[in-house]
Amino acid sequence: MGFVTPDYGTIFWMLIIFGIVLFILKKFAWGPILKALKDREKSISDALNSAEIARKEVAGLKASNDQIIAEARREKDLILKEARDIKDKIVSEAKKQASAETLKSIEYAKQQINAEKSAAINDIKIQVTELSVMIAEKVIRKQLEKPKDQEKLVEDLLKDLKLK
Amino acid sequence: MRYRMAQIIRSIALIFFTFFLLAGICRADETQQITEEGYVSKSFEAGKFVMEHVSDAYEWHIASFGETHISIPLPIILYSTDKGLNIFMSSKFHHGHETYMDFRIEHEGKNEGKIVEIDEKGEVIGLPIDLSITKTVAGIFVSVTILLLIFLSIAKKAKQRVNQAPSGIQNLFEPVILFIRDEVAKPAIGEKRFEKFMPFLLTAFFFILINNILGLIPIFPFGANVTGNIAVTLVLALFTFFITTVNGNKHYWKEIYNPDVPWWLKIPIPLMPIVELSGLITKPFVLMVRLFANMLAGHMIITVFVSLIFIFNSLMGVEAGLGVSVISVAFSVFIVLLDVLVSFIQAYVFTLLSALYFGMATSEHH
Repeated sequence: MGFVTPDYGTIFWMLIIFGIVLFILKKFAWGPILKALKDREKSISDALNSAEIARKEVAGLKASNDQIIAEARREKDLILKEARDIKDKIVSEAKKQASAETLKSIEYAKQQINAEKSAAINDIKIQVTELSVMIAEKVIRKQLEKPKDQEKLVEDLLKDLKLK
Repeated sequence: MRYRMAQIIRSIALIFFTFFLLAGICRADETQQITEEGYVSKSFEAGKFVMEHVSDAYEWHIASFGETHISIPLPIILYSTDKGLNIFMSSKFHHGHETYMDFRIEHEGKNEGKIVEIDEKGEVIGLPIDLSITKTVAGIFVSVTILLLIFLSIAKKAKQRVNQAPSGIQNLFEPVILFIRDEVAKPAIGEKRFEKFMPFLLTAFFFILINNILGLIPIFPFGANVTGNIAVTLVLALFTFFITTVNGNKHYWKEIYNPDVPWWLKIPIPLMPIVELSGLITKPFVLMVRLFANMLAGHMIITVFVSLIFIFNSLMGVEAGLGVSVISVAFSVFIVLLDVLVSFIQAYVFTLLSALYFGMATSEHH
């Protein structure tokens, strides 16, 4: 049976050819191909990982978004409340100021009135005095129309003087 | 659907069985006829036909029309002490019928099929050192060219398309490469050490696979019975053996020379070491024989089925030959399809077992 005894010529060529092919493929084919496969696997798993991270980040962002919205709402409420307070304060202050102003003007009016009154009173007093002086003058003139009355007055005055 | 498939397979198996019986009877008849009539017939010799198709040759036979043979001549490289180095084309032998430069191809005797050196009288004086590019070697060249073309182009693509999806031929072979890496090398050798052995495993797998499949294509330049040649499988197994031995660690050698067995298996007769040492040789030997026998058998069965047509033709006339040809062709097609499957399985088995041996040689503990 010729074909079960290996032929050394075929062994020789097979050793050379297979050896060379093994070398060439190892250096120029399997190296790059296996490296490419590994790199691709790595890049795919990296991409998946980063996608996962991004997903988590987005979830985190959403949570923080909600937080921010809640914060904003709270702040809005706060601002509104503050505004309301300020408004109240302003209104009340204005009211207060207004009443004070009113009081002040009333006071001023009162003073004015008083001043006017006292002036008027003074005026009246002056006029009354003048009137009384006029009246007294007229009375005195009437009384001292006669020389006898004049003498009597001088005598009385003198009498008063003597007494002191 | 599955039931029907099973039924079909069963009926095919039945037909097969009866067919083989029939074939055996017919062959017995044929040999009887020849001896009775006592002539070396020009009629069909099935054994020779089959052998010619599976064995190596100095030329690449394509077709014969009567006495006209069409074949591709291959270079003959001979070295003998008398004549030195001789290189010429095999066409000088005229299909083995003529003597050239005192060399001729023997057709019978103990040197059948080999080139012998003869003297002036036609006596054989010796065998020259024969490094001819035979049909098998030429077939290796063809398959290796295809192998290099495919994988160098894939490597080129892999370099160009960094971190991109594979395309074209790259797409076709990458899953196979990944299969060898993830399903064969990694489990058999281990995560840490498998990378070192990947080049050999991949080269062996694709070399065997491509040769197996090309061997099934009966048109030149394919169809050479490369993996069904024991010299080829011997070299492949030698590579596995060599790599295993070189990479064997302390644990591996300890398991061979001093395995963990009861002492009386080692002293006074080192029984287990002998068994283990023989295992060292039988492992690659089995690798060699399995691949060789499987591929050879596939080729032989196909040629046997084809030759049945001619057997029936010469025994019972043209009508019988025509009738049998239908069945023969059907079975040949079936066997070829089976051989496609076997081609993959054998390439896988060779690679897996090589990987397992590498794994054994490099493993730290059991």
